[in-house]
Amino acid sequence: MKKVYINSIASISPQKTFDNTIFLDEIIDYNDTVIFVQDPDYKQYIPPAAARRMAKGIKMGVVASKIAMNEAGIETVDAIITGTGMGCMIDSEKFVSAIIDNNEQYLTPTSFIQSTHNTVAGQIALGMECKAYNFTYVHSAISFESALLDAKMQLENEEAQHILVGGVEELGEHTTKVHRLINHIKPEAVTISEVLDSKTEGAVFSEGTNFFVVSNEKTNSCYAELVAVETFNTLQKEKVSEAIETFLKENNLKAADIDVVVFGNNGDVDFDGFYNQLSEGIFSKTQQVFYKHLVGENNTVSAFGVWLASKILKTQSIPKIVKINNVNPSKIKTVLCYNQYRGQNHSLVLLKK
Amino acid sequence: MSKGIAITGMGIISAIGNNVAENYDALINGKKGITRVDNIETIQREEIMVGEVKFTNDQFIAQLNLPPENNYSRTAMLGVIAAKEAIADAGITDIKKHKTGIISGTSVGGMDMTEKYYYEYLTDKETQKYIESHHAGDSTQKIAEQLGIEESLVTTISTACSSAANAIMLGARLIKSGKLDRVLVGGADCLSKFTINGFKTLMILSDTYNTPFDENRKGLNLGEAAAFLVLESDAVVKSENKRVLAYVKGYGNANDAFHQTASSDNGDGATLAMEKALKVAGLKPSEIDYINAHGTATGNNDLSEGRAILRIFGDDLPEFSSTKAYTGHTLAAAGAIEAVYSVLALQNNVIFPNLNFKTPMKEFSMIPQTELKKKELNTVLSNSLGFGGNCSAVLFSKEA
Repeated sequence: MKKVYINSIASISPQKTFDNTIFLDEIIDYNDTVIFVQDPDYKQYIPPAAARRMAKGIKMGVVASKIAMNEAGIETVDAIITGTGMGCMIDSEKFVSAIIDNNEQYLTPTSFIQSTHNTVAGQIALGMECKAYNFTYVHSAISFESALLDAKMQLENEEAQHILVGGVEELGEHTTKVHRLINHIKPEAVTISEVLDSKTEGAVFSEGTNFFVVSNEKTNSCYAELVAVETFNTLQKEKVSEAIETFLKENNLKAADIDVVVFGNNGDVDFDGFYNQLSEGIFSKTQQVFYKHLVGENNTVSAFGVWLASKILKTQSIPKIVKINNVNPSKIKTVLCYNQYRGQNHSLVLLKK
Repeated sequence: MSKGIAITGMGIISAIGNNVAENYDALINGKKGITRVDNIETIQREEIMVGEVKFTNDQFIAQLNLPPENNYSRTAMLGVIAAKEAIADAGITDIKKHKTGIISGTSVGGMDMTEKYYYEYLTDKETQKYIESHHAGDSTQKIAEQLGIEESLVTTISTACSSAANAIMLGARLIKSGKLDRVLVGGADCLSKFTINGFKTLMILSDTYNTPFDENRKGLNLGEAAAFLVLESDAVVKSENKRVLAYVKGYGNANDAFHQTASSDNGDGATLAMEKALKVAGLKPSEIDYINAHGTATGNNDLSEGRAILRIFGDDLPEFSSTKAYTGHTLAAAGAIEAVYSVLALQNNVIFPNLNFKTPMKEFSMIPQTELKKKELNTVLSNSLGFGGNCSAVLFSKEA
């Protein structure tokens, strides 16, 4: 079986992460319950007329995929695999509300066409004229990890050499409104330093995208080796430590071998316990980092965790703003990402230098 | 030549039957399930025909014994019914005995409830339980819960009308690579105002019975359905001496990269997908006994797919038919519905007719199989082509 490498990364998030030469050098603070991305100069990547026709998710996805392709220094790939938990919400909302508001009359197809979950992967393929394998995973918080697992299998078995993998999520106004009603969104605005200690229900919702080129050969731009990916539809809180230890054992590792663990805490008082038990338990002596205070919560934001892990491994540095504790390992060789959303759809991603 | 992955069980609910036996009966007796829509209130009612499952949501809730406070979308209920039949058919009594996952395809997801309660959510607390069942993965999570599949690989694919074909493909690859011992693969989609009006705006809905591969085809009939197949590893099949219905022998996925909704004139994506499926199976086109075509009866699909089939098979064209005239186009579920039909074809050595066909298309001389035909079948190729250029082909065989 071939080894799999993350050869390039791209992130458009509520922080200025679209420029790969910097690493969270300047932090944008927010005091809100819903946060939006720091936009790159989309015109640099797509003609303005085309950009105007694109919904936010498509625009972000297309541009992030171009950043990732540029850094990897390749023109095309053997597969395009995306993940999106909620899909193209903006156009879905436009079409549903038009159906209701106009009693199924005077409808136009544009928003329907752009509403399908596979729109982003389809648009990337169209732009690259790439007729290769094209998949979209839509399973809540493990949408991105499903895409990553699929890519990893193909690369290991040499069915493909280079694969573009990414996650993308946009915010729909109505969807945000209704998620407030069921307390999935925090009741009060919080700053990034307050998120973890907010002691309230819900998360700070966000939009964003992260793309990666993964390959079965290392290029100069390589960030990390992708060692293992696993997802669990359910996992009781009491069984998380055991599941992680089993996963590590399958990869000939123990908890003590992990140099940095990347947690998906989002400050939701009902669910952060999944991570806190690990902070105090099997990873109490491990350097712990988190990121959702910087980029918010969405169904594929765990891809930002992989982005962060990749950056940490390549630069061998950990920005202070993401540290939960201060173990400060002198060498960072192995990083584990753990995420779950509302107690379901857990994922583990293991990376090595 | 790679070995096929064993299919050990299947389940289905569609406009032509509530289980595998009823579907087979309708297929061989030419009974189509196309009617006016009854369960959705739409002003399009008199302008379209659909392939609808006639149970109401309340009837499903009673059938599945769901508590009144449940928040199942219709997609989830259809999915659970088909998934349970598949598990029972495979003779699985202990779901935890082997590492079992689920891969489902859906495009509508919980949109049926979202469009019903879109504004009510803001004022009516009772309806708010459905907010969480909107996302596409929800129906799959519920199927897993109903079957007792825990701590496992459960995921959802949405590649429009090729979703379930891709779920079958991924499931086969997961078994091959040893990630899972057993996997339930398939898809579910219910009818919704969203898709009815969406396809209406694209002007590809027929106002009468759909007529695949006919010169005078007027478009598709939307349908709703769910189907699942159980795939099991050789080790499980051997150790439990399982009955094998057929094998997933090959699969191919490609993107047409032509247009967001339309297929290319020459069917590049479909051609590539069929080529890949044949390559994975290690078979030549001449070794294919029957093609279950995507054949939606839209002007664009049937021409593009027809040309792609001709590019692969040339003068050596086996019998082909589309079963969409029976069920309507069931979108994300179509690949699984037609996988069940392909397996039934193999098991019974029978080719199902392409109903409603009268006039050959002027662009080529392809004529679908229009009568039920008995023929010794060893291999069936099933196509699924979707928006976003997503093209898939899955190859089923009698022997591993």
